[in-house]
Amino acid sequence: MISNEGTKPIVSKPSFQKDPQQKIKLHKTTASTWMIQAVTISLILITFYTLTHLNTENVKMADAFKGLMMTFNQMFLQPNAGADGFWVLLEALGVSVLLGILTTIIGAVLGFFFAVIASRNLTNAYWGAGIRALMAVVRAIPTILWALIFSIAVGLGPTAAILGLSFHSVAYLTKAYSESIEEIDPAIIDALKVTGCKFWTIVFQAVWPTIIPSLVSWTFIRLEINFANAVAVGAAAGAGGIGYQLFVTSGLSFDFHEVGYIVYMVIIVTLILEFIAVKLRQHYLGK
Amino acid sequence: MKQPKVTAASYLGKKRLVQSGVLALIAGIYAIGCYILQFDTIQGTLSIPKAFAWLAINFMPTQSSMSYLPQIMEKLFDTVLMSIASVVVAAVIAIFFAILGSKVTGINKFMQVLVRGIASFFRNIPLVAWAMILLFSFKQSNFTGFLALLLMTIGFLIRAFMEIIEDEAGEAMMALKATGASYFQVIFQAVIPQIIPSLISWILYMIENNVRDATLVGILTGTGIGFIFDIYYKSFRFDAAGMTVLSIIVVVIGLETLSNQIRKVIL
Amino acid sequence: MLEVKNLAKSYQKDKPALTDISFKIDPGNFVAIIGPSGAGKTTILRSLNQLIKDDAGEILLDGEDIRSANKKELRKLRRQIGMIFQNYNLVERLTVLENVLHGRLGYKSTLAGVIGRYTEEEKREALDLLDKVGLSEFALQRCSELSGGQKQRVGIARALIQHPKVILCDEPIASLDPASAQNVMKLLKELTEEFNIICIANLHQIDLAKEHADQIIGIRHGQMIFNDTADKLSKDAIAELYGTSAAKELA
Ligand SMILES: Nc1ncnc2c1ncn2[C@@H]1O[C@H](COP(=O)(O)OP(=O)(O)O)[C@@H](O)[C@H]1O
Ligand SMILES: [Mg+2]
Repeated sequence: MISNEGTKPIVSKPSFQKDPQQKIKLHKTTASTWMIQAVTISLILITFYTLTHLNTENVKMADAFKGLMMTFNQMFLQPNAGADGFWVLLEALGVSVLLGILTTIIGAVLGFFFAVIASRNLTNAYWGAGIRALMAVVRAIPTILWALIFSIAVGLGPTAAILGLSFHSVAYLTKAYSESIEEIDPAIIDALKVTGCKFWTIVFQAVWPTIIPSLVSWTFIRLEINFANAVAVGAAAGAGGIGYQLFVTSGLSFDFHEVGYIVYMVIIVTLILEFIAVKLRQHYLGK
Repeated sequence: MKQPKVTAASYLGKKRLVQSGVLALIAGIYAIGCYILQFDTIQGTLSIPKAFAWLAINFMPTQSSMSYLPQIMEKLFDTVLMSIASVVVAAVIAIFFAILGSKVTGINKFMQVLVRGIASFFRNIPLVAWAMILLFSFKQSNFTGFLALLLMTIGFLIRAFMEIIEDEAGEAMMALKATGASYFQVIFQAVIPQIIPSLISWILYMIENNVRDATLVGILTGTGIGFIFDIYYKSFRFDAAGMTVLSIIVVVIGLETLSNQIRKVIL
Repeated sequence: MLEVKNLAKSYQKDKPALTDISFKIDPGNFVAIIGPSGAGKTTILRSLNQLIKDDAGEILLDGEDIRSANKKELRKLRRQIGMIFQNYNLVERLTVLENVLHGRLGYKSTLAGVIGRYTEEEKREALDLLDKVGLSEFALQRCSELSGGQKQRVGIARALIQHPKVILCDEPIASLDPASAQNVMKLLKELTEEFNIICIANLHQIDLAKEHADQIIGIRHGQMIFNDTADKLSKDAIAELYGTSAAKELA
């Protein structure tokens, strides 16, 4: 159906050959494709090396997997509240949820403040660069280490957990918020700058209303993370809450029925948090 | 069309009222939370400078803590390798499930719901639980740490990959479907090439994240960098613990910088 | 010849998106479907290649019923129907040439398509088509580096290499600036005549439809209320389609 009849004569272009003897290339190698290949190959080689040199302490794999299946069976198919009982576990769960909420509120308030100062389109470059570097260092230290460090410095307990979790929370939200702020249309900010508005007036009249949707969205993502971290810190730093119960039942009393029960409780909370986050995002995107 | 008259002033007033209400609610939750957890905000804030002063004296690595460096580096190297391996294996499994379960490439409604459920389940089981359960069966070994990271990463990556496919591949897919291309042709000619940069970006992010999470897993399962930190910490060798923290900072920021450079070239 | 008889579709019960659509189009004709947004234009177009499964009716392409085709037959029928999209729907990271060659996938074995192996003849044809749409220097460029108008011409080349009997265009110029839009419309019109194919385009711009189309189909609330040659589209007909205020503006 398609023929060359009636079309313009084809001018041979230097980028490819129309010589019937020569194969036509479909693409040329760009930096991007080269990098993708290099990264992929390196990752696969590293993985191969790691897996073949992984130390398994001579555990018999078949037995271990059989044991794991038994544990799963006890956990997920026969969960019960064990020696602690429902109310003790519920209270511990409440503590972890509160830890998550408090550290999210602290993270959101301080994070917004730092984000405003760190955003390139609002302040001078030096402040921004300084805060971003500081936050990168704070984020590089795992949450659990923050909690452990504070538990020697201020003593074991919720205060250490809250302070430890807050550091990461602030650093994470600073980065997330400032990226949202930097995406604001410069015209909105300029419009207010021209009228001679003060810095914080611009922030609360232009910046704040514009980024509320992404602010809310990021904050709830962080709430999910903070709850997970509260559980982890409870277990590994002995900071209380459901994480500590999880650690005791799975590592000391080996009651996997209760472990399963606790896991289900945690999953229910995370599903509720996820549900709220999704609904809020729909609410703000829908407008 | 009739509309109730809403003046600008009353609208703004209402909006402000709602915002004030929300802020008051948050403040209330904060106050109650502090009361229940017995957290004194002012005391807590004041203790931060004290804590840092304490850290500056006790955690500061000294000349003698240099001798710990080879051991720390070895464990850190192990941890980075383990993170990479767990993410790569998880990514291979996750891309398979994400294609089966995403709204645009999924084979049927049942699979979509099933995959979403599986991903959510794996993701929401606390890392602590994974680590402790696996420790019970697989004992104190690097393999245990690897498995714990792997299982959690799978959950995260399935969700991330499904979202990427739905956001980035839907349009190109439809075009190829309309030309009469078969399912596998569409997957390999449209979906995979279209999503590869985002895929790699997520893989790099998860590697960075898993180095941090590996510390937690290590403390619980007695492997890698977490284990060695725990030993120093519990035996009050705080200078060595400080050295470990410093090494983690350097490696994580190094990985983050490298990832960002790679992203710049790829995207 | 493309013949549509009594086509109907509803996404939700009791809310018909299309009711009783029937029309005939002969090869060599450029047809514009116009109507307000939400009227059902996209639904008609996507039913024609069964990207949307409609509820009732007949769609005959040279006598073959697309609606009753099984999976394999549908693939074969789809390769005779090219499609062009508002957002171009190209694989942005691949080169222009690779995107054009995607139009050949329906003719290839699954494996050859999966690994992207094309014959030299197909490649040469792709280059000829790129020449025809004025993009031959861009063959090895990535699609993400092209302008909107250029991307749409890649889309056109991808449809042409299918050797189609029909090309469906869903708002092909809605994302383009006026000059590129004119260009694309002219190109589509020329190709329709040159290859003696059927081209059906959903359009928002009534003036462009009148200027380029041989036949115009007007849709409102899922019903066909106009189907005639372009010069018969009167002010009254436009008023009936869009409401009186729009007609006045256009007059
Ligand atoms: N996937 C869908 N699910 C439910 N309703 C839909 C869907 N797609 C389109 N519709 C509805 O069908 C009607 C026709 O839509 P469409 O064909 O997209 O109109 P047009 O292309 O003319 O703007 C609209 O009322 C629209 O809301
Ligand atoms: Mg439409």
